[in-house]
Amino acid sequence: MTPFRRGVADGLPFVVIIVPFAMMFGVLATEAGLPLDQVMAFSTIVIAGASQFTALQLMDAGAPGVIVVASALAVNLRMAMYSAALVPHLGRAPLLQRMGLAYLLVDQTYALAAATYEGRTTWTTADRVRYFCGTALPVFPCWVGSTWLGAALGARIPDAWPLDFALPLAFLALTGPMLRSPAHVAAAFVSVAGALALAWVPWNAGLLIAALAAMATGAEVERRARAA
Amino acid sequence: MTGYPVWAIIGALGLGTYLIRFSFLGLIGDRPLPAWVLRHLRYTGVAVLPGLVAPLVLWPDATGGQPDPVRLAAAGATLAVGVWRRDVVQAVLAGAAVLALGGWLTA
Repeated sequence: MTPFRRGVADGLPFVVIIVPFAMMFGVLATEAGLPLDQVMAFSTIVIAGASQFTALQLMDAGAPGVIVVASALAVNLRMAMYSAALVPHLGRAPLLQRMGLAYLLVDQTYALAAATYEGRTTWTTADRVRYFCGTALPVFPCWVGSTWLGAALGARIPDAWPLDFALPLAFLALTGPMLRSPAHVAAAFVSVAGALALAWVPWNAGLLIAALAAMATGAEVERRARAA
Repeated sequence: MTGYPVWAIIGALGLGTYLIRFSFLGLIGDRPLPAWVLRHLRYTGVAVLPGLVAPLVLWPDATGGQPDPVRLAAAGATLAVGVWRRDVVQAVLAGAAVLALGGWLTA
């Protein structure tokens, strides 16, 4: 199978997760009073679910515009870490390609790429770029299409459906297969403990502090395991 | 929602998010990273996602921040199946099934 097709095949199952998640955004944004063109602009220009929900929530609560943008951006700062983590694999691609890949960098494409590249050391940079584009192909149209569907159906979706839990389930499902070694488990544990303990820190900065501590923990456990 | 320069907010958020995604990939390019940096970067996923999810699982907005047994069970099922089967979709389906079943039982 070509790297591109493998990417499409690996990305396709995420449709199950993205449909309810994007619909939820469409429903909530419409209910909050955003017109359809702005709802769709959010999902095509920003394409970052968790931050879109954050922006929506803050606007609904009447926060100043600057706070809305800053808080939503803080939620997305984790993607800088993803960007750095992909440098060893994709850094040699031409600048124009990297500019395109950056647009397609979301939790799902990152998780798939990071897991797959580690096991495929014979892939060229071009192969890796093709794989990445492949994973994005099912994910992005589905995200945009389901946002529209949610906006169109709007209030017709029963309130009892726990669509709010699509986001946690999607991210938890990404996490499970990542727990491959004691170092990964230790990092995840520090991440959870840190994020809960620092939940009071404004601007979502608690998560970033917890994430840095967790990365240091994983790296240190790995180093000791190798030295032993 | 009226009174907000919504287009400006979408534009600023979109541009800022793009620059965050482009940051390292765009600026470092093919310069080699030191081994200790690479060792840290290997844990990016497990360092970010569990912390992002933990408060949403324990204190869901939908229940006013109160822990909810059905959501906790669904989260546990998703994680357990993900670790056991090493498969994202089976994990999500397990979690969705528990969520649906729990919602039906407690309705």
